[in-house]
Amino acid sequence: MSTTWLSAVVNGRKIRHLVATRSTLAEFLRTDLGLTGTKVSCELQVCGVCTVLVDGVPVSSCTYLAVDIDGRDVLTIEGMANGEQLHEIQQAFIDHFALQCGFCTPGFVMMTKALLDQIANPSRGDVEKFLEGNICRCTGYAPIVDAILEIGSKLHEETAS
Amino acid sequence: MNGPGIGGAGSRASRVDARAKVTGEAHYAVDSSVEGMLHGHVVRSTRAHATIEHVDTAEALASSGVVAVLTGADLQGLFPRFGHIIADRPILAIDRVRYYGEPIALVLGDTAHQAADGAELVTIRYRDLPTVIDTEQALAEGAPILHDEDYRLGDATFEEAQSQSSIGNIAHEVTLEWGDANEALAASPLIVETTTHYPMLYAYAMEPYNALATFDEDGLEVVSTAQHPFQVREDLARIFSLPLNRVRVQSPLLGGGYGSKSYTKVEPLAAIGAWACGRPVKVALDIEGAIHTTRADSAVVSARSGFDLEGRLLVRIFDITMNTGAYADNGPLVLAKAVNRCFGPYRVPSLRVIGRSIYTNTVPSSSYRGFGAPQGNLTGELNMDQAAAQLDIDPGEIRRRNLVPQGESHIPGKRGMDADLVADLDILLQKIEWNSELPAHHGIGFGCSASDAGAFPVSTAMVRLLADGSVLVLTGSTEMGQGSRTVLGQIAATELDIPVQRVRVIQSDTASTPYERTTGASRTTTLTGLAVQRACRDLLSKLEEMGAEAMGCELAEVKSAEGAVVGPERSIDFGTVVHSWFGGRQGEVIGWGVVRRAGELEALPPFWEIGMTGVQVSVDPATGVVSVEHLVTVGDIGFAINPALVEGQDLGAATQGLGAALLEELVYDGPQLLNPNLVEYRVPRATDTPRRIDSVLAERRDGIGPYGAKGAGEGSVNPMGAAVAAAVWRAVGVWPDRLPLTPDRVWELMNPPDNG
Repeated sequence: MSTTWLSAVVNGRKIRHLVATRSTLAEFLRTDLGLTGTKVSCELQVCGVCTVLVDGVPVSSCTYLAVDIDGRDVLTIEGMANGEQLHEIQQAFIDHFALQCGFCTPGFVMMTKALLDQIANPSRGDVEKFLEGNICRCTGYAPIVDAILEIGSKLHEETAS
Repeated sequence: MNGPGIGGAGSRASRVDARAKVTGEAHYAVDSSVEGMLHGHVVRSTRAHATIEHVDTAEALASSGVVAVLTGADLQGLFPRFGHIIADRPILAIDRVRYYGEPIALVLGDTAHQAADGAELVTIRYRDLPTVIDTEQALAEGAPILHDEDYRLGDATFEEAQSQSSIGNIAHEVTLEWGDANEALAASPLIVETTTHYPMLYAYAMEPYNALATFDEDGLEVVSTAQHPFQVREDLARIFSLPLNRVRVQSPLLGGGYGSKSYTKVEPLAAIGAWACGRPVKVALDIEGAIHTTRADSAVVSARSGFDLEGRLLVRIFDITMNTGAYADNGPLVLAKAVNRCFGPYRVPSLRVIGRSIYTNTVPSSSYRGFGAPQGNLTGELNMDQAAAQLDIDPGEIRRRNLVPQGESHIPGKRGMDADLVADLDILLQKIEWNSELPAHHGIGFGCSASDAGAFPVSTAMVRLLADGSVLVLTGSTEMGQGSRTVLGQIAATELDIPVQRVRVIQSDTASTPYERTTGASRTTTLTGLAVQRACRDLLSKLEEMGAEAMGCELAEVKSAEGAVVGPERSIDFGTVVHSWFGGRQGEVIGWGVVRRAGELEALPPFWEIGMTGVQVSVDPATGVVSVEHLVTVGDIGFAINPALVEGQDLGAATQGLGAALLEELVYDGPQLLNPNLVEYRVPRATDTPRRIDSVLAERRDGIGPYGAKGAGEGSVNPMGAAVAAAVWRAVGVWPDRLPLTPDRVWELMNPPDNG
């Protein structure tokens, strides 16, 4: 079995690991690091549940090789809260009942972070288009979109004031 | 509504599982692992129908990290099949495969990669048999017969799913009849005939089926994605000849279910691996494997209805043919429900429904949200619309004239209608702006349904009051996203008159939570809720006795309020009642609640689940693309214990209905599925959401559940197909006869082939 050493920063922590070269990033996060918050579903880059940020860019960790994070900075759902203090995206998802089974939620939260990092106060159309690659089978999306719009408008108010 | 922090019945209390779900801490079955576990990879049939002449496992066994390869031949001494109604499904194929994708071997490796690599090396020699993929082929003269043994188990609580005949490839046949349908049809001034095709669907719960099994001298332990762990326990006990107390099945949070995780799926595979190897075994399917495990029935449904000239139904005759796949799973019950649900909540003086479920060489079908209702409702409701058009009666009015009044049974012997359907319909029509002027290529459609929901009423619950006054609610009902952990806690908090934060709900462990028949049929709030309510009341009566003893007064002099037993002179909080009775800081008091088919639950169904759904669509005449401009759901749920969760169920169900109406279909091209993946099987995405959504709750406290509640979860999906089809008809002027209404199908409706 071919293995490779990789060094990276995951959720702010430096790591150095020997990984199976064939391992996907999702496998590495879930199995080697025990970060099971990142989920896997379609394995074809259409459902978005496995979304994590690599150097701030959302990637489908189900089809992204673990070795490709070498020298990079990875943010997963486990790195979103600041200790007990939830990230405002997480709080908005709770407040808006923007989840049911929750399996897709980590992917949505990560994709939302990428969206708001790009567009601070997105329109409904921006949100729907940006989330085109994240499937939620439970909610019908509207509560998720509402949650994100609320964060965007709050951010906008804060910037304006 | 109670203030924040109280969270009792009627309030939009936050989901108790939300924090864990937004932080990634939420534990699903697929997140389970134990030291030393093996990974099982399934080798699947590449033939739709064949005898297996030889399975060569030598090369796989020699592969790095492969510990064992199991085939059907290795299951000597076990009961090698499963199925809760008809135990016809082999854990691993025994000498013969009946569909493409059927499990033939299980490769067990130290890592998932090694098991998958080993699986590539298993070679199988087949002798092909003729196949039947659609129901016409399966029913043709001389068709190959899929099953020649009778595996029925004969559980009386599945009575309606017991076959009335077993001929050839007819897996199950159900007839429902009253009056003289033929005579009534002959005497009808207007006869309207409708036939529609409902697509083969995949529920797509985002967490695919998986199970982790451990086998030791104490017995078998399984953690899995089962909606109904107690039903899985029974299958596993039969396979290994174990008493029920030696089989423990736990269902942590489920990554979606929607019925598709009803009953046994991959648990036997993990269990035989653990049994054979003496090590824990995890079997986690991918989506393609999950699609090749269970799907939902496609159906062809025909209706002939006789009307008088005022649009009153005189008779309805339905014929239902469902493609149920290679094994029974829950197909027989889905058929029985389709039969009960197809003709709608109408007063039908004469009725005949004949339903047949057909074995074919395709993936076995089972439960999926709506459970037979969407298939029949599409025909039944379009048939009503067509009658209205032919009689020039408003489609709302024709339904009003036929909807069964509250209290009246529309199926003889069943519970009377526990809903005001005309009032619901009027809300729906007002919200969907039925009488508004629409631009060209726009149309409004709507539909009504009533489902005999709740399943057979068997639930038990335990409520434990601990010495510090905190409470554990124990139930075998599974949290799969619907929010039962939250709602059942709200019910307990309301009954015990304590803040919801003091209640913790523990679910779905057959060794430590009490029996629950199933988590499905929209039953949890109503039936498990009743069991929790009864358990709380049992607990309170015990606490009052203990409180009276502590205060030295008569039982009649005490009552409970605000988490305390209140006597003539003082009150003692529940925690103190407990620990002062036992001494020190010790003890607990347990309340017990039971629901069974007796008393007010003697009449079935326990409640009718109402579906009232409307849409306005626009059709792009150039492309045939249908967009949903407006969606209205009316949730007639009696009482919303948590309105936010009910709205979530209604919108979620409606969205899955829109998927079936516009996008989703599993397609067989010959013996093999053409699209067993999420690229080619397209489910609704964020950009597909209706431009405007109105979710209305009709709360008349007319249900049998706690505080007058009835179930939610399936209602809004059931009439969605008919609503969309009728809306498209009004937009383009041609009646659709099949779903999904993909752009090419709609374009063809608008541009029929030139016959000249």
